[in-house]
Amino acid sequence: MSISSHCDQEISGAFPIKALTHHPSYAQQHYPGQLFVVEGTDGSGKSTQLSLLYQWLKSEGYSVVFSEWNSSPLVKDTTRRAKKRRLFTPTTFSLLHATDFADRIERNIIPPLKAGAIVLADRYIYTAFARDVARGCNRSWVRELYKFAIKPTAAFFFRTPLDVAIDRIVSTRPKLKFYEVGMDMDWAQEEEESFRIFQGRVLSEYDRMVKEFDFTVIDGTQPIPLQQRQIRAIVSSYLTKTREKAVLKK
Amino acid sequence: MKELKFYGTPLPGTEIKPYSGKLIVIEGTDYVGRTTQVNLLRTWLESTGNAVLDTGMTRSVLAGRGIKKARAGHTLGRLAMQLYYLTDFADRLENEILPALRAGFIVLTDRYIYSALARAVVRGIDPQWIRAIYGVALVPDAVFYLRIHSAEELARRVIDSERDFDYWESGMDLRLGADYYESFVAYQSLLLREFDRMSGEYGFEIVDASRSVRRVASKLRHSVARVIEEKLLTERATFTTGSTRPEVIKRTTLSAQDSAIENPKSDAAKVA
Repeated sequence: MSISSHCDQEISGAFPIKALTHHPSYAQQHYPGQLFVVEGTDGSGKSTQLSLLYQWLKSEGYSVVFSEWNSSPLVKDTTRRAKKRRLFTPTTFSLLHATDFADRIERNIIPPLKAGAIVLADRYIYTAFARDVARGCNRSWVRELYKFAIKPTAAFFFRTPLDVAIDRIVSTRPKLKFYEVGMDMDWAQEEEESFRIFQGRVLSEYDRMVKEFDFTVIDGTQPIPLQQRQIRAIVSSYLTKTREKAVLKK
Repeated sequence: MKELKFYGTPLPGTEIKPYSGKLIVIEGTDYVGRTTQVNLLRTWLESTGNAVLDTGMTRSVLAGRGIKKARAGHTLGRLAMQLYYLTDFADRLENEILPALRAGFIVLTDRYIYSALARAVVRGIDPQWIRAIYGVALVPDAVFYLRIHSAEELARRVIDSERDFDYWESGMDLRLGADYYESFVAYQSLLLREFDRMSGEYGFEIVDASRSVRRVASKLRHSVARVIEEKLLTERATFTTGSTRPEVIKRTTLSAQDSAIENPKSDAAKVA
């Protein structure tokens, strides 16, 4: 077939089921392990929750692997240099992050899943879907780009109102970075204003993905222990359901 | 002037304005003499008064260095490889190829997306997926496929060049043979098959690369002259109808081509 058909918007709707199992190499995703991912805007509290979950699963005796967005050693130098010299366009920003993710999935995510471990991912493909589309990339094109990804066992979306999330970031971080605040997009003169516009667009992309990808929504304004209790309950239910699938427990 | 035409979804923010340049692709497997021919074409085109930009894989400011480093360390996984090369391609497309075409340059590219597609498919990547993500590519004005008869012939060229078989050119990541020679032949055969398959799909103009450098160069010059002839005609038409681009482009004649064949400035001719 020709390669012009992927820009149809309809594809995005069919994506979660069809596309994630479409890739021939990953069509049989009956890995014995489990993949849990957390998503949300900056300052939504997801990383805090994931590290608490990690501690707990470890103490329960599971083999747990932690995997973070934008952490591949393969593209690290390229990313750092491109950020410093401001070489990115929305497309190349998207593509280099996809490269980073591809390397991680091949190296750090699939092997432990095959070995029956639990993989916890701090941000997953949905971060790219939210940020890249906020930067003007085509929604279906970005989804197409990540078609090789593994469908997670569960994706937790930490929903936090914009003002709360922005306050958390601005009060705890001394200096926000150029691409982080979306200054490359010329939305605003002021960094804080640009960050607010960017995060607003990111949040609305997340909101439209809740149904598309069947996110488990966690209210990020609740007390930390309460959120953690909800997450552990959900994770436990998956683990007991699949105990016979032999998730590694020492 | 020609409308920009893409294989799939254009890059975000690309202005689909007509452009006057020409995008000419030289494709083929390793050791068919692509680089030599690109250099000869460039010298000739410039001698006939055309502004030329030449580009090729891993030459982007953004990702070129990183890819070369990853290749040297043999650390590229098969998925990461595809996306890293696509990053490299997109950077060159946005920052070199499109601006040059808009400025009326002849863009000569040593390999385009087809090599990337072939490499991906022989590694078991979904052919539709790789085509879809390379949909950001502009449809070129001409694709010349330098074709050689067999992988064994390519292997002899490696030996004659007094170089060792390269890890990636031998597809060592695929473990196709007992040693570098066997692996090289098996891998390049797969690539040849993939290129032949794409030939009809993308309308390659096949050039027999088993012939001498001179004969291949002469063939390419005639074909490229034809593409540029179209460029001149459309430009002249635009000029007479009141274009704001009164630039003079020298007419390309066959005699200019022949004199350039006798005196290739580039040292590339020695690979004959």
